[in-house]
Amino acid sequence: MPDEIKALSSQLAQDPDSLVFLRLGELLRQKGQLDIAHRVALTGLERHPHLPDAHDLYARILADKHDYERAFDEWDMALRIAPDHIGALKGLAFLYFKVRDVQQAAAHLEAAQRAAPDDPGVAQALAMARGGGPGGRGAEAGAGGRGTEALTEPEPIAPAAQPLEEARVFAGLEGAQEGLLLLDASGRVLGGALKDRTGRDATDAVAAYLAGVSQEAARTVKLLGLGRWTGLAAEGDLGHVHLAPPTSDALLLVDRAVPMGRLAIIAQRAALAARRWLEAHA
Amino acid sequence: MTAPAAAYGKALDLITRVRGVRGAMLVSAEDGIVVAEQLMEGIKGPAVSALAASLASRLRRAMEAAGVGASLFWHLQAEHGALLVVPTPAGTLVVAVAEPDVNVGLVRLELLRAAEVVG
Repeated sequence: MPDEIKALSSQLAQDPDSLVFLRLGELLRQKGQLDIAHRVALTGLERHPHLPDAHDLYARILADKHDYERAFDEWDMALRIAPDHIGALKGLAFLYFKVRDVQQAAAHLEAAQRAAPDDPGVAQALAMARGGGPGGRGAEAGAGGRGTEALTEPEPIAPAAQPLEEARVFAGLEGAQEGLLLLDASGRVLGGALKDRTGRDATDAVAAYLAGVSQEAARTVKLLGLGRWTGLAAEGDLGHVHLAPPTSDALLLVDRAVPMGRLAIIAQRAALAARRWLEAHA
Repeated sequence: MTAPAAAYGKALDLITRVRGVRGAMLVSAEDGIVVAEQLMEGIKGPAVSALAASLASRLRRAMEAAGVGASLFWHLQAEHGALLVVPTPAGTLVVAVAEPDVNVGLVRLELLRAAEVVG
């Protein structure tokens, strides 16, 4: 393998537009050289932004680095470009398993099986998911299916006291129980939770202050003749928040120490999940 | 408010010269009263300033409770435009009303510069 890595590196140096970065990145990932693999994948992605395999490779590296949120985004992007991309479907199934959303994981594995009926890894993972195996652990390995330790390491079991429906509002989105909050018009918490920087639960305090914000934002933009409000991004000196209206009478708060642009993308995704959840529970 | 009144006009000029900005205001964060304004005709300054101050207050408290610290800049996005706000340490809100395709980064920069002028 080192010889192959050397050969591929040299090939890539001679022709930076070459697609050998895919093989090289994967080999480096398998070897555990995640930082170098990350650089190779990112450079390749910059040159080939519409190549689903490039997003898939990058997502796998991110998943190995436990950056599941960005891995989710990359696999999601791969699927937008190529809706039947097996790697992306398996990757997303793996992430859904990680948050114990077996239903969504199975749905992605079913889509993967339709696209690749002969893939034994998919069939095995799907069988385990349908059989309701022990927390989807085996299925998780099959869904990841890349033979990496990171994709198969055990995850802590969600607290038993956590209300199931509440937990599912933001299923598949990392930080669902510490950085995403869904409120109704009166500030009642419908889902998610929020922790401050010290790890203390800040859900109720934040919800109380945000009661009525959705209506005030709506009134402000109406007065200005700006149509419907679509989001409120706020920059703090220790982090950022993003508010979004998944429906006219609900408010979503996303709180993360990530750049504002990225936070907006996370908020968009969370708002979509919240809207679906609200519609299903209307 | 620490700056002389002439400085207010200068601060607002910094913001309104950015292409896509429809107007700018200095608002008292405490009571939502307009301190100075340069708004295009048709924008209801006093009503908007009152709501902006109320939003700023709720947001500030929520952000402090969430542990993300003091609010430095916020951006209310809408289908046909945006409201951009920078609170100053002295209790003034520097507010811009903008078109949807405005360069938000540039407006933010000018709002921060205006906030320094206003104090």
